[in-house]
Amino acid sequence: MYAQMVDTGLNKVVDASQMSPQEQAFQARIDADVKVEPRDWMPEAYRRTLVRQIQQHAHSEVVGQLPEGNWVTRAPTLKRKAILMAKIQDEAGHGLYLYSAAETLGVSRDDLIDDLHAGKVKYSSIFNYPTLNWADIGAIGWLVDGAAIMNQIPLCRCSYGPYARAMVRICKEESFHQRQGFDIMMAMCRGSADQKAMAQDALDRWWWPSLMMFGPSDAESVHSAQSMRWKIKLLSNDELRQRFVDQTVPQAEYLGLRVPDPALRWNAQSGHYETGPIDWAEFQAVLRGHGPCNRDRIRVRKEAWDDGQWVREAAMAHARKRAERESRAAA
Amino acid sequence: MTSEWPLWEVFIRSQHGLAHKHAGSLHASDAEMAMKNARDVYTRRNEGVSIWVVKSADVVASAPGDREALFDPANDKVYRHPTFFPMPDEVKHI
Amino acid sequence: MNDNARFEFLLRMGDNALVLAQRLSEWVGKGPVLEEDIALTNVGLDLIGQARMWLSYAGEVEGAGRDEDALAFRRDQHGFRNLLLVEQPNGDYAETTARQFLFDRWHLLALGAMTRSRDERVAAIAAKAGKEVAYHVERSSDWVIRLGDGTDESHARMQRAIDGLWMYAGEGFLPDATDDAMAEAGIGPDLAALRAPWREGVAAVLAEATLALPADDFAQRGGRQGRHTEHLGHLLCEMQFLQRAYPDARW
Repeated sequence: MYAQMVDTGLNKVVDASQMSPQEQAFQARIDADVKVEPRDWMPEAYRRTLVRQIQQHAHSEVVGQLPEGNWVTRAPTLKRKAILMAKIQDEAGHGLYLYSAAETLGVSRDDLIDDLHAGKVKYSSIFNYPTLNWADIGAIGWLVDGAAIMNQIPLCRCSYGPYARAMVRICKEESFHQRQGFDIMMAMCRGSADQKAMAQDALDRWWWPSLMMFGPSDAESVHSAQSMRWKIKLLSNDELRQRFVDQTVPQAEYLGLRVPDPALRWNAQSGHYETGPIDWAEFQAVLRGHGPCNRDRIRVRKEAWDDGQWVREAAMAHARKRAERESRAAA
Repeated sequence: MTSEWPLWEVFIRSQHGLAHKHAGSLHASDAEMAMKNARDVYTRRNEGVSIWVVKSADVVASAPGDREALFDPANDKVYRHPTFFPMPDEVKHI
Repeated sequence: MNDNARFEFLLRMGDNALVLAQRLSEWVGKGPVLEEDIALTNVGLDLIGQARMWLSYAGEVEGAGRDEDALAFRRDQHGFRNLLLVEQPNGDYAETTARQFLFDRWHLLALGAMTRSRDERVAAIAAKAGKEVAYHVERSSDWVIRLGDGTDESHARMQRAIDGLWMYAGEGFLPDATDDAMAEAGIGPDLAALRAPWREGVAAVLAEATLALPADDFAQRGGRQGRHTEHLGHLLCEMQFLQRAYPDARW
């Protein structure tokens, strides 16, 4: 997901007997679905975990602009170009809303960005795959945004007020992203043989990474269990992945595309699709930095940030000069 | 000196007659930029007809620890609500 | 009045918006700060919207069955009618800002005059675009002032950008036979008359920005007649790739 395998800094789930009275009261409020707000007392581990999770999420939105940005200058029609620009702009906005949510926890956006550039924090591995043809833009909207929405809708109910509110805004805006992706896929699948081949090629390359977005099974994970107690994670990775597969396979069939999984079959008894094994070695490799685009993505973001340094400094310098002039004039 | 722009809180009035509501925050080097950034970031989908921006540092907020002292005393002043006064069904327009 | 002149005139307006929007789309995801990324993309989106309106209308006036996309993606560079200014590369943020500033100020004046056009479609497009461009002018002027009157480095970069682009700034005030025909028909603006208010506005902003107004008023020209700088061909290569490579596809 946009935030993967977030470390809580704990090695086991904290149970009530180990909690201070203050922690017990905190957990009781979470259990009662009372939102935690920035100035409320919170356990340090809760705060740190949230910062990690929200910033991973924010970085994912920001880095996520790049694979789509790769095609914005080559969009095939003016309408598609406008839609894609608006969509990528939304991703920047989502990054901004999420950084703002993290900032309520006492960290600065610039520090978070430095951490990203220094490789200290991750962003979603999905963005380390390349966009090689125009149908990839369709596939990203359809599959990647589709998977993201699956995770984000429950997060609108998470325990931390500013994060939940940011997610509400993001989900509202995201609703057009998945549809525009599917719309591109439909046009490609109804188009020429070349276009249909591009669509199939895109699905072949994005299917498995999309399933990996939900992260490895977390049934046994201490971190996930703790995050679920804190209600900053609402559903398990496997649960979300299954929902995604169940929703997406019929859509692929509608498009007339073949899902690249020979083991995929409908289980009438369970009412769910069964998939073949996911190659977690690939997932781990991409996470370690061996994806096709890890290096490029960070290099481009870092260059943009470094090239912008003098602009940001100039704006502050100008604001200070103006403030000084105004206070002199008032004196 | 840091070049990080200060944080601003953005309030948007969505249509005539409604109050400004907190929309989110953003960074800007000065008030004019904060206003323009608020327009570009928070009204892309016709969300607003009026914007307020306030430096986050200038917001004075109540402390969570004062919650009981500030807000609990209102709990037993039920006579402030109209439902405290039952009216006979025959009496209209009140 | 002949429709060929009107077609040319509409292409000029549409191509300015299209080519500049294409340049701005190159910035997507790479701006100096998130807020600015979002704001600059809004300008690009306004311009794409304007390009679509102008080019759709141009296609109708031409009457040869070309729509906005046929005009945007299937003309070679000699068929493009934009100002040389808007095709200049993004460079650093000062160059992008200077290009935007010099163009916005021309654009707003031209659109303002066109709201009184005798061609109702032109007047309506100009009225809608004018509102958008009024905001663009404010934004780009603010940034020229911030960068000009910011740090020593930003001042030097901003002055260099203004100086470097200055020779492309005057093209919009040099009418040719097409412009004369359009002005005479009450459809297009009297371009020469826009120069004085443009200069006044630009000079005021540069003064506030502590920047020098370039002295040499020599103006490169040719873009509006289809003779471009070397940059446009590369821009079109990228922009038109899919439509050129898959001519029978529907997107």
